[in-house]
Amino acid sequence: MISYKADVIIIGGGIIGCATAYYLAKNNISVTVLEASDYIGNGGSSRNGGGVRQSGRDPRELPLVMYGIRNLWPHLSEEIGVDTEYHQDGNLRLGKNVHHREILQGLTDRANKVGLDVRMIDGDEVRKIIPYLSDEVTVASWCPTDGHANPLTTTLGYYKTARKLGARFYTGVKVMELRKVKGELRRVLTDDGSVFEADQIMVAAGYESRKLLGSVGIDVPMTRSLLEALVTEAEPHMFDQMLGTADADFYGHQTKHGSFVFGGSSGFEGFNKDNGTPMTSSITAPAICRGIMKYFPDLADAKIVRTWAGWSDKSADGVPVLGRVEEVPGLIVACAFTGHGFGIAPAIGDQMAKLIMSGTTDIDISALHYDRFKAKI
Amino acid sequence: MNTLSDRSRDIGEFVSQPGDEMIICRCEEITKGEIRRAVHEGMFTMTEIRRYLRAGMGLCQGQTCSKLVKGIVARELKVSPADLEPATSRVPMRPIEMKVFANENEDEDE
Repeated sequence: MISYKADVIIIGGGIIGCATAYYLAKNNISVTVLEASDYIGNGGSSRNGGGVRQSGRDPRELPLVMYGIRNLWPHLSEEIGVDTEYHQDGNLRLGKNVHHREILQGLTDRANKVGLDVRMIDGDEVRKIIPYLSDEVTVASWCPTDGHANPLTTTLGYYKTARKLGARFYTGVKVMELRKVKGELRRVLTDDGSVFEADQIMVAAGYESRKLLGSVGIDVPMTRSLLEALVTEAEPHMFDQMLGTADADFYGHQTKHGSFVFGGSSGFEGFNKDNGTPMTSSITAPAICRGIMKYFPDLADAKIVRTWAGWSDKSADGVPVLGRVEEVPGLIVACAFTGHGFGIAPAIGDQMAKLIMSGTTDIDISALHYDRFKAKI
Repeated sequence: MNTLSDRSRDIGEFVSQPGDEMIICRCEEITKGEIRRAVHEGMFTMTEIRRYLRAGMGLCQGQTCSKLVKGIVARELKVSPADLEPATSRVPMRPIEMKVFANENEDEDE
């Protein structure tokens, strides 16, 4: 049992919490991070496909990820002392028929409207970028400034560097309740009876955020859904782009190590067995393999060495919930990243730290306010 | 089930030792010194060591080295190896070609 004081408490030791802690510690703010599991970055932060994408994103969150790609990702490896394996070699979203072309055209038009360089290219142009793609691919949307990175080293790099700068991290400590003192959020009560106290408290606990926010009367409409992924043995270098498909059969990239990390789905997401831990289903990885082989016949002999699953915290409208909660002074929220929180995480950490230190952000986040959800009529 | 762990607790400074250049994870060629240093950088669990260094993430998925890695991490943390939770074992048990894995829904006699 501990009783501990800091300027800032962050609940959730994923990449959002670790990045925010890093940018705060860098500015000499005393910060404590509380993680319920025994591991740093044990949720979506370690289980995602590594995309650092702007294309396909909602205009409400696009400015944040563009800010991160311009200002933070290019020098992040040096800054946090790990190889983030960041590649900015573009994102291809692949299509095989007229229906796919319509989907991709819609995404491209929406991206162009907000000033993002995304182009439609035909099958031959696609194969100029990645010659290994099968002739079934007839169309793609192409965003040259997108990329990918390694979620494991990036998350743990933020943790390692924040810790070195004096941020305190506790794992295996579950927050049960937020508690106000004289109308302001001040305390965090944990399962072992410890009390942590701070002037500002940020909730970045993925899906678990909902329950925590509920303890001070705030509700964010979100649910969780299971995502599954696999990784191959190391293969000779084939391509550096991030890939997705119009049909959403799979997404992924080849890592620096040579292995291919691909995520995908069986169609039963939302109906998977839930025994409290994210479990892979026996039908999903084979389905991902079938999807991949249609696009990359050469990968049929690549060996799968590992599969895994993870929860994504889905918000009701597909974009995160971010910023101050005016009803509860002292509360900051950063959750519901809906399966695309990794690429945007450095920008979130940077901007949340600014919000905590100065009360404002450089990028307008008002469209991501917790209070935006209204009934349909 | 989870245990409170203060990641800032004092485990002493990292001091290089003879034998640090020894390769422990053969698949990914990770040395003893790299593992010891990672513990001092805050990687206190087998799961974090795996994700940070790739030790046990190669072709054999740690079936050869995980016991050795555990012993090294435990010694740096000054705890018993039995106190360290092993990293999660994941499907498949042996590396399997995509074209074979993909056949899961086909009848055997087809």
